[in-house]
Amino acid sequence: MSQTSNEAPRKSIAASKVCKKIMADHFYEMDEAARTGSPKIAWCTSVGPAELLRGMGFLVYFPENHGAMLGATRMSTELIPYANAIGYSPDICSYLTCDVGSYLQKKTPLTKAYNIESVPRPDVLVFNTNQCRDVQDWFAWYAREFDVPLVGVHTHRDIGRIRDYQIKDIAKQHEDLVPLLEEVTGERLDMDRLKEAVEFSRRTSVLWRACLESAAAVPSPWTFFDASIHMGPAVVARGTREGVSYYEDHLLPELEQRVKEGVAAVEGEKHRIYWEGMPIWGKLRPLAEQFASLKTCVVASTYCNSWIFDLLDPADPFESMARAYTELFIVRDEVYKEDYIRRCLELFKFNGIVFHDAKTCPNNSNNRYGMPERLSKALGIPTLTINGDLCDLRCYSEEQAKTNIEAFIEQLEE
Amino acid sequence: MSNDLFIGIDVGASSTKAAVLDRDEYLIGHAVLRSGTDFEGTAAASLAEALAMAGMSGRDGFRCVSTGYGRKNVPFREDTKTEISCHAKGCYKEFPEAITIIDIGGQDNKVIKLDVKGRRLNFKMNRKCAAGTGAFLEEMAMRLAVPLEEMDGLARSAEHMVELGSYCTVFSGTEVLEKIRQGVEAPDLVKGIFLSMIRRVLEMDSLSGRVVMTGGVVAHNPYLVDMVRDIIGHEVLVPEHPQLTGAIGAALFAAAGEDQPHSS
Repeated sequence: MSQTSNEAPRKSIAASKVCKKIMADHFYEMDEAARTGSPKIAWCTSVGPAELLRGMGFLVYFPENHGAMLGATRMSTELIPYANAIGYSPDICSYLTCDVGSYLQKKTPLTKAYNIESVPRPDVLVFNTNQCRDVQDWFAWYAREFDVPLVGVHTHRDIGRIRDYQIKDIAKQHEDLVPLLEEVTGERLDMDRLKEAVEFSRRTSVLWRACLESAAAVPSPWTFFDASIHMGPAVVARGTREGVSYYEDHLLPELEQRVKEGVAAVEGEKHRIYWEGMPIWGKLRPLAEQFASLKTCVVASTYCNSWIFDLLDPADPFESMARAYTELFIVRDEVYKEDYIRRCLELFKFNGIVFHDAKTCPNNSNNRYGMPERLSKALGIPTLTINGDLCDLRCYSEEQAKTNIEAFIEQLEE
Repeated sequence: MSNDLFIGIDVGASSTKAAVLDRDEYLIGHAVLRSGTDFEGTAAASLAEALAMAGMSGRDGFRCVSTGYGRKNVPFREDTKTEISCHAKGCYKEFPEAITIIDIGGQDNKVIKLDVKGRRLNFKMNRKCAAGTGAFLEEMAMRLAVPLEEMDGLARSAEHMVELGSYCTVFSGTEVLEKIRQGVEAPDLVKGIFLSMIRRVLEMDSLSGRVVMTGGVVAHNPYLVDMVRDIIGHEVLVPEHPQLTGAIGAALFAAAGEDQPHSS
């Protein structure tokens, strides 16, 4: 009987052990600081301004990372309704709602993973709306809850060609954060320490890009699903020596070795796919296994590429932070985004694009304004849109998604 | 050993369809049973019924491909294909030209576009929302206390069109209750329900080439086809066995893969 196996062998990445240790150390260090009151803790959106906070001596905690953990452990769907019940709509960011629900219910995946009772209490909350406006409302809830300051950077949106006034504005907004942050730490900004953090962040970005671009090899040495896990240090340890070391000494050499030896992440790789949109955190494994069973490697994604900030420059921290955070895919216009994916096609040579329409994440759901149809026509490759969500599995029909994916691969084989 | 028969089993959310093709790919037996909760048992029963219709018995000498939601629950299959591929294959066999297939099933809708050579250009399934599916029709029939099999006749006898604006099945149900309260006649309401279904399907994708409609809902409610024709302003093609298209497509895949190992 020639049935399709759903249990394709998964090739584990040896660097995972180091990755796990970095993540564990991050949370232990945070937990210790929360208990002792030193160093100060800043909560920060995942796409900045982490470098500024590190440069000012804060430990930096990323609620989005916690949201992803809640999703990956499938605790989120159970916790979201508690936030809904206090007025936070099921239609807004499910990172926000599951994280607030987690706080209300005093349940966190940190307990099982690290024996840590709760997320660390913030001394200040710092956002950048380049991801979305929801992060501001998310942090505002905690600012009221903990009675701590809330500050942030308000990004420009729908950016085509980047203009000087936009960079100057974002740089100035970063600079304007400094006095309040100095009040919280009780120390003046040390420019040398800021430059060091910016340089570590830049090097992490360059290395992370190299890791991602290793998937241009045929066969690809790893998948989008692997990268979604191994981007952890690029988020939480960005701006630190440990972040650089993880990619420089562990992950990149391993991927390069795989490429050299022709090791395929998906045995018998036949098809290559680009993933546009958020991961479905609670379904990473079944999706990885389904694609592998269909001999299809998801080689690249906008999502993992979103933590490449190689425009950072220690010689000019504020302006380069502004450039790095304004160059981001998510704040750009449709023309830029489509050209970006076209360039990705040239590099990664994929046969199709899967758009994930995440119910609660409009900013990361690029299928909603006709892009799949335009790209399919312009690039000459098919696209598929699956409906789901990053954390709210009530918005995901697994059977329907599986059938759509299987049918899409059948289409590629016609 | 060569295969004499090619079997397609389409285990759908509402019904299970079996199609038996001979070596010349003629349909010589078929069956439709409620899927129920025992997919394996229903698949076997539908096969037995279809084989009996074909004047055959036993399970030797055939090659089977299964499709539909329960495609992995057919123990005697050689292979599986998604219902998207099978509907495409089944329709193109009957209408070998560039077509847009609209399939209205019990739990989902599909819009599939094929080029003139039968290659799939793209496909879309409805989101997990039930609007526009057979489940929507069942829900509305229940609200109106009208037997499902009478819905088509009622819609045909309508004298006025009723607009149901809501996307959501529950909200549509509330709208229907409101219309009942206002004294709207049942035939007009049923026609409005049909129109709502058609709108939900037509907004899934644009149409290209000739339009083919398939699926159990279409088989039992042919007035839907007339309404689609009137809305789009073009003729709508319907296969001889609209509910069996997926099963026939699966059987055609079985025929195409007959050189591969079989399970007998």
